[in-house]
Amino acid sequence: METENLKVVNKRVLKMDALGLACGEPVFTDDVDINGMLYGRILWSHYAHARIKKIDTREAEKVPGVKAVLTYKNVPRVPHTTAGQGYPEPSPYDSYVLDNKVRFVGDRVAAVAAETPEAAEAALKLIKVEYEILPAVFDVFEAVKDGAPIIHDEEDAKNIPDAKHNIAAKFDFEVRNGDWFKDADFVVEHTYKMPYLQHCAIEPHTVITSFDHFGRLIIRTSTQVPFHVRRIVAQALRIPVKKIRVIKPRIGGGFGSKQEVLLEDITAALTLKTGKPVKIEYTRRETFISSRTRHPATVRLKTGVRKDGTITDAEMDITLNTGAYGSHALTVMMCSGSHTLPMYKVANNIRFIGKSVYTNLPVSGAYRGYGATQGFFAWESQMDIMANKIAMDPVEFRKKNYIRLGEGSPVFKAMGEGREGVEQVITSIGLYEGIEAGLKAINWHEKKKKYKNQSGQLRRGLGMACMMQGSGIPEVDMASATLKMNEDGSFNLMVGAADLGTGSDTILAQIAAEVLGVKAEDVIVYSADTDLTPFDVGAYASSTTFISGNAVKKTAEKVRGMIIAVAAKILDRKPDDLRLEGGKVVAKDGAACSLSEVANTSLYYYDQHQIVASASHYAHTSPPPFAANFVEVEVDTGTGKIAILNYISCVDCGTAINPELAEGQNDGAVLNGIGHTLSEEMEFSSNGTPLNASFRRYKIFNTADMPAIKTILIPTFEPNGPFGAKSVSEIGINGPLPAVANAVQDAVGARLFSSPFTPEKVIAAIKNLQPVS
Amino acid sequence: MTEKNKKITHRAKFSLKCFVNGEKVERDLDSSRSLIEFIRLDLGLKGTKEGCGEGECGACLVLVDGKAVNSCLMMAIQLQGKRLITIEGLKGRDGGLHPLQKTFMEEGAVQCGFCTPGLIIASEALLRENPDATVEDIKRGLTGNLCRCTGYEKVVSAVRKAQKLS
Ligand code: FES
Ligand code: FES
Repeated sequence: METENLKVVNKRVLKMDALGLACGEPVFTDDVDINGMLYGRILWSHYAHARIKKIDTREAEKVPGVKAVLTYKNVPRVPHTTAGQGYPEPSPYDSYVLDNKVRFVGDRVAAVAAETPEAAEAALKLIKVEYEILPAVFDVFEAVKDGAPIIHDEEDAKNIPDAKHNIAAKFDFEVRNGDWFKDADFVVEHTYKMPYLQHCAIEPHTVITSFDHFGRLIIRTSTQVPFHVRRIVAQALRIPVKKIRVIKPRIGGGFGSKQEVLLEDITAALTLKTGKPVKIEYTRRETFISSRTRHPATVRLKTGVRKDGTITDAEMDITLNTGAYGSHALTVMMCSGSHTLPMYKVANNIRFIGKSVYTNLPVSGAYRGYGATQGFFAWESQMDIMANKIAMDPVEFRKKNYIRLGEGSPVFKAMGEGREGVEQVITSIGLYEGIEAGLKAINWHEKKKKYKNQSGQLRRGLGMACMMQGSGIPEVDMASATLKMNEDGSFNLMVGAADLGTGSDTILAQIAAEVLGVKAEDVIVYSADTDLTPFDVGAYASSTTFISGNAVKKTAEKVRGMIIAVAAKILDRKPDDLRLEGGKVVAKDGAACSLSEVANTSLYYYDQHQIVASASHYAHTSPPPFAANFVEVEVDTGTGKIAILNYISCVDCGTAINPELAEGQNDGAVLNGIGHTLSEEMEFSSNGTPLNASFRRYKIFNTADMPAIKTILIPTFEPNGPFGAKSVSEIGINGPLPAVANAVQDAVGARLFSSPFTPEKVIAAIKNLQPVS
Repeated sequence: MTEKNKKITHRAKFSLKCFVNGEKVERDLDSSRSLIEFIRLDLGLKGTKEGCGEGECGACLVLVDGKAVNSCLMMAIQLQGKRLITIEGLKGRDGGLHPLQKTFMEEGAVQCGFCTPGLIIASEALLRENPDATVEDIKRGLTGNLCRCTGYEKVVSAVRKAQKLS
């Protein structure tokens, strides 16, 4: 089915919750008042690495209003991972609700619940802790050496490949077709680095737990993964899954930070202890010191290239800093290779060497881009360096090498997320069109000529980068939906998919509406509640449009079949002659009945039954979206300041189910990427204490900083996607780092290998100016 | 500064008289009550959000005597005799939807929506002061509001469109 005849999909449909949000409706986790609620507070470690020798809570418990104080002594000890991933999770089981050891500044020591916030604060101050301070390690290359402090020396942790050397995850793989670099005219080798970064969702993580009238635990939480939260809390607190209900209200952004059990377990433990509702919300400072971050990366990339533009060999060696716990340690590392290595054809040999290493710094986790961000910084910088080396236009060099329709890559099969991957070929790609559109929009060729011989302090340059991502995790992710019909011909769509501000509720309604021949507003979406909505792995891995979207489409098709069966009786026509259109069931000969007639018939008059269906989707491929990004910069060679004059991001996300929402996703991803390109970086003191844990000191872009960003959607049709759709949410974040690095090289001849590109680094690179090869 | 940022309390009471969204309100409050606590906890108006509690994100913006202020930085006592407008009290001239609420929705400027009430309040204050604001004025005027979802492009176009409506 092509996209021409679509009525709701690929059309402008207003985001269904936008008006309520713009009017300030009370729809977020913290917007409900619960009688008798206690305030939970957590005591955070001030030490990067220490053992708790003694912990005395007696004084704290005496504070009036204090109802519970938890330490490692009175909570279950069950090794688990906080990563919200499919079961069994590929991440090591190295986390505890509370432990007798702290492993970073910001690790949990104890928790308190009290009737007032003041009492909870006062109690925290009265908890007496005696620590044995342990040597700490902050550098990944120090941490893997013999004799380095062992961060996970506990005996009950599981799935840590080499705890003695602080290795939380490792994966190597090689495709060998002869001698390494024997066909290369040039061998290029560089190392690229990215620091700790924070997601900065504007809504801090918030959890409220309580008991319902059956004595079941209700967890109201700002999460991307309601079903994983239910499973992990059950595991960590040793309570049955059936005793837990997780409710996801509206979420104030996540970007991966909420693909994690951050507070749910400890808040629940306080409710179990007190029998009362408890709320814990992160302060902004706590989100910086104790939630999750992007994995800092060191990527060494060694590639061979022939004068004719053939890439002969590629060796990618990545070391990630997973911080104190191994949440997403294996999977982010693998995605740094699995999302980048298939992008360009490599004629002979490919090798990937990956490690995630524990240090006594904050815990890294899922962050939009998920390893591909780190990987593409290296790859797309190196593509320009190789093109320069062989004196080929970098755009032509990319065009010559990128993966084509119908082609596969040995990497797809070799590298999955935490295990072997799945063989696949590219079934849709709009990269060529994306490159052409971007070249035109930024006026590449003309400006290239104009900027050729510049002098003076301000120099302009152009850069570009190409990327791919995935659409869900093939043969891992599963989503389902339930759809039921109401007597006015409207529908309730229940999905486990977690709209975290992306607009997924709206696009899922559009998909159902398209199948049912109704307007999007006739589909009422409810997401997500583990009691009421069917299973969905949650909002991550760019899976919702593709996996949940397919589940909704299948469900709607089942319901359509049921509607037609009833209508066939009403109209006395053959089912095959009927179709759904404009809120009606219409026969070939023009006879028609309304959907409300069908619903009323099924509910009240004849062969009475509820028209309702469920379906699931599980995919064998993960069709990559593709993107080509272009940027024009102006570098002040005196101050080192980079100004972004113009940013064009062309994205092939297949059919955009809702073009405006797709653009918005990409705009936001690009600006986030520009933020980490120019200014964002978490800083730490020499003893591991975060130094810039506030919006004042950790600089994210505001309206005055924003450059002109333009997203151009490149329509393609993905045969495995719902109405041709692929994913869109993550890919845009991967472009700015390499594109800007390439543009700076174009402007001033200096190459930047470590982000963010601060004025000091730019000046140093200019001073150091030696032709990079 | 709502409950989560709360560290100290002074138990002294005071009696607050003010107007909230056009209606007269009288309350006895602790002198340590912050404005955002008064709004969210005492008045139960949840549209005003707290993103940082330290004056850096703008999610908590409200209008006090027509000026946009960070309610996380202000004490409730400072509202004495003044007029407070929160997002819930923002109305168009006909008493219906405010043009900014309409254009934010129409232009796709609302993603997660957590920043949206603050951005709309900031835009309203900006347009009241300078109805003919240029794109540059708008960008300069909204620097106190952080949004991590939209990239601001659609936010700026929503404000531009609202200008034309009013
Ligand atoms: S909450 Fe007031 S400025 Fe962020
Ligand atoms: S819409 Fe999410 S922070 Fe602005």
